[in-house]
Amino acid sequence: MKLTRRNMIAISSGAAVVASFGAMPAFASLADDAIAEITGGAEMGEGALTITAPEIAENGNTVPISFDAPGAVMVALFADGNPTPKVASFKFGKLSPSHSASTRIRLAGTQNVVAVAQMEDGSFQKTQANIKVTIGGCGG
Amino acid sequence: MAKGVKPRVKVPKTASAGETITIKTLISHKMESGQRKDSDGNAIPRSIINRFTADFNGENVIDVTLEPAISTNPYFQFDSVVPESGDFKFTWYDDDGSVYEETKSIKVG
Amino acid sequence: MKNTFKLKTAFACVVAAGLASSAFADADTDKLVINGEIDIITTTVAPAHLENVDTIYSGWHFRSDETQAFQMDDFDNPGMIGVEKASENWDTVDGSEGKSCASCHGEAESMAGVRAVYPKYNEEKGKVTTLAMEVNNCRTERMGAEKWKYTGGTMTDMVALISSVSRGMPVNVAIDGPAQSTWEQGKELYYARTGQLELSCANCHEDSYGMMIRADHLSQGQINGFPTYRLKNTKLNSAHARFKGCVRDTRAETYNPGSDEFIALELYVASRGNGLSVEGPSVRN
Repeated sequence: MKLTRRNMIAISSGAAVVASFGAMPAFASLADDAIAEITGGAEMGEGALTITAPEIAENGNTVPISFDAPGAVMVALFADGNPTPKVASFKFGKLSPSHSASTRIRLAGTQNVVAVAQMEDGSFQKTQANIKVTIGGCGG
Repeated sequence: MAKGVKPRVKVPKTASAGETITIKTLISHKMESGQRKDSDGNAIPRSIINRFTADFNGENVIDVTLEPAISTNPYFQFDSVVPESGDFKFTWYDDDGSVYEETKSIKVG
Repeated sequence: MKNTFKLKTAFACVVAAGLASSAFADADTDKLVINGEIDIITTTVAPAHLENVDTIYSGWHFRSDETQAFQMDDFDNPGMIGVEKASENWDTVDGSEGKSCASCHGEAESMAGVRAVYPKYNEEKGKVTTLAMEVNNCRTERMGAEKWKYTGGTMTDMVALISSVSRGMPVNVAIDGPAQSTWEQGKELYYARTGQLELSCANCHEDSYGMMIRADHLSQGQINGFPTYRLKNTKLNSAHARFKGCVRDTRAETYNPGSDEFIALELYVASRGNGLSVEGPSVRN
């Protein structure tokens, strides 16, 4: 194929399609594996654990996120579209009344942030939030 | 020791016995993820704060394991019960072995 | 939320194409109070010299609630790390004269009001100077110390410290008298199209503010919040570094930070915000 301008456009838009599929969290198994390390594959309930996160993050470099997990002894956060899905894990001591915390995290693109909580009775809870990470108009 | 690392903590100076207070902490740190490359294409080695703990009079409040996905200048906000007067001790552990500490006293009146 | 329709230029039409109608979002109506005590004027009547804009808005209004929250408490504002670093430099003796900033100026708080009137005509130099230039004037002429790099971290932190003590005070740069010719040069630059994209500052920040440029909410390009901590590069950014980024994005060769052109542009852009509060260090995306 001769590299005409039109062909170049065809090639590069094809590449863009591949790239955008690659960026989708289709390979969530890394996150699943990391979660299974904690839970040993146990069933996870829902209800006691909540995440507060922006629906749209203006920049993926600094995304404010908080969680509330009454009755949890440990909460682990995962980002299922990051190159390494582990984000942080929080263990709560006796003096922690609310078992909640806020922090700021990095997200490589639009994806789910998953929280897994280990409860006092040894059971697990899970919840997740989808966060759209926008690409700004100006690189400046 | 990583450059320009400085912990900051916001804790009320007083509380009533058994009161729940909110604590904010922030440490200036690059949190180099290990995912980036320099201008020559070589990987920049990971260098992060990997653990943060908060204790009150020797009793743990929160113990956090940090991964490279925590943003530059790690920030945490959390609550603690204050049973009596005493000291909060905050500790940050750096990949390079450095340990940064900060203590804040609180009076129960 | 009022719909805006300012399709004055062909560029604006290009930006608008492919956007959902929900993308036409004006500045929001939130209120900025820092630390629960510093009231910030983020919306006010445009200064008389502005011909095409009635109301001026701080860039804070164009950011998401989450980004806005970063700036509402100094502990949550990572830009204050730079201010803290500069406070140490303020008291640090440097250069052949054995002086620090504090030797002449006392507490940094004594600089309250300074940021609000810069850039300003400097009689001795016979030209308009920026705050960063005055910091270097102090360093080389009074302290006998080395200049700091114009857009370097040490300088930008210092400008942020000097700005921080003026927060809440309205920007009020002089545009007449000896500053007038520089101001007019700045105005010309503001409306001059540059680069392969042939965009002027006005095309985005006057004709199209409130609209989306890709996923970014276009502001009026006010600089009352500079230096600004960007979530993107997690450091304080100077106005001239931002100008350079903007001009580069038009695919032009840019002027240099600290150049006469950017000094003039800074004076003109600052004057477009006369009446808004000094906010620096602000937080943006």
